[in-house]
Amino acid sequence: MRATVLVRPKEGILDPQGQAVEQSLRKLGFAVGHARVGRVVDVDVEASSTDEARERVEEMCRQLLANPLIESYEVEVHG
Amino acid sequence: MTPRVVVIQFPGSNDDRDAVWALKALGADASLVWHADAELPDGTGAVVLPGGFSYGDYLRCGAIARFAPIMEAVIRFAADGGLVLGICNGFQILCEAGLLPGVLRPNASLSFICRDVSMRVERNDTPFTSRCEPGQRLVIPIKHHDGAWFAPAGLLEELESRGQILLRYEDNPNGAVGDVAAVTNEAGNVMGLMPHPEHAVDPLLGSGDGALILASLLDAARDASVSVALA
Repeated sequence: MRATVLVRPKEGILDPQGQAVEQSLRKLGFAVGHARVGRVVDVDVEASSTDEARERVEEMCRQLLANPLIESYEVEVHG
Repeated sequence: MTPRVVVIQFPGSNDDRDAVWALKALGADASLVWHADAELPDGTGAVVLPGGFSYGDYLRCGAIARFAPIMEAVIRFAADGGLVLGICNGFQILCEAGLLPGVLRPNASLSFICRDVSMRVERNDTPFTSRCEPGQRLVIPIKHHDGAWFAPAGLLEELESRGQILLRYEDNPNGAVGDVAAVTNEAGNVMGLMPHPEHAVDPLLGSGDGALILASLLDAARDASVSVALA
């Protein structure tokens, strides 16, 4: 089963990468507000149900994929 | 008694040999221990996690190295009161492993910074700063891209009130909250710092101030060895 994890810098955390992207977009003439840069992790996970897959992937997030001090995450399971 | 200090070598460490050299120059019996080993050598008085780019610094700096087999032994050693010093990438690993509070984030400038910086010693009644004077100004080089130490609101104040901040930058180079350059755990036996003391042990190379940090550690490791031998 394929799952996608979106990891984002938490609100209020300084995101210099996002700021650099924001500035570049403005230089290109795009009218943008804030840009924030996170990370996407696609994983194939062995599980017999989407619930089980979600549980496993959330455990992966807690142990490794995100640092809860600075990052939030969302898990999407593609059934 | 010569204190025995081990420097952990991860794939991607690159200051491991410099750390061994500096510790030996200061009188330690220093050696490398491979990350895949399960145990620390008998008689280990202190552990140093060196600078570098362990496991390519993939995902987040230190996030993968914290699961190296040797880290279980390092975590047990620290829990028993053993002295652990993390330098740069070693600091990042200790934060990710939960042995130290906070986390290291990319520099506010997004630039890799490599230069001497000055910092102040907050207190000297610790195993890592005993050779310094309180308020002493140290000049030690930094070389990192992800050196901005971060702690969420409230945590920094807690750490300050418990005296866990040991070094602060005079002119914050990387955006670290509270100008923090070095922090300890609550018990005070684990410290991480972004500056590289092992690159500042000889005034011929610009500064000998890093030797104060490493020699403090060796004094404490020597005392710890003596108390183990007496026990």
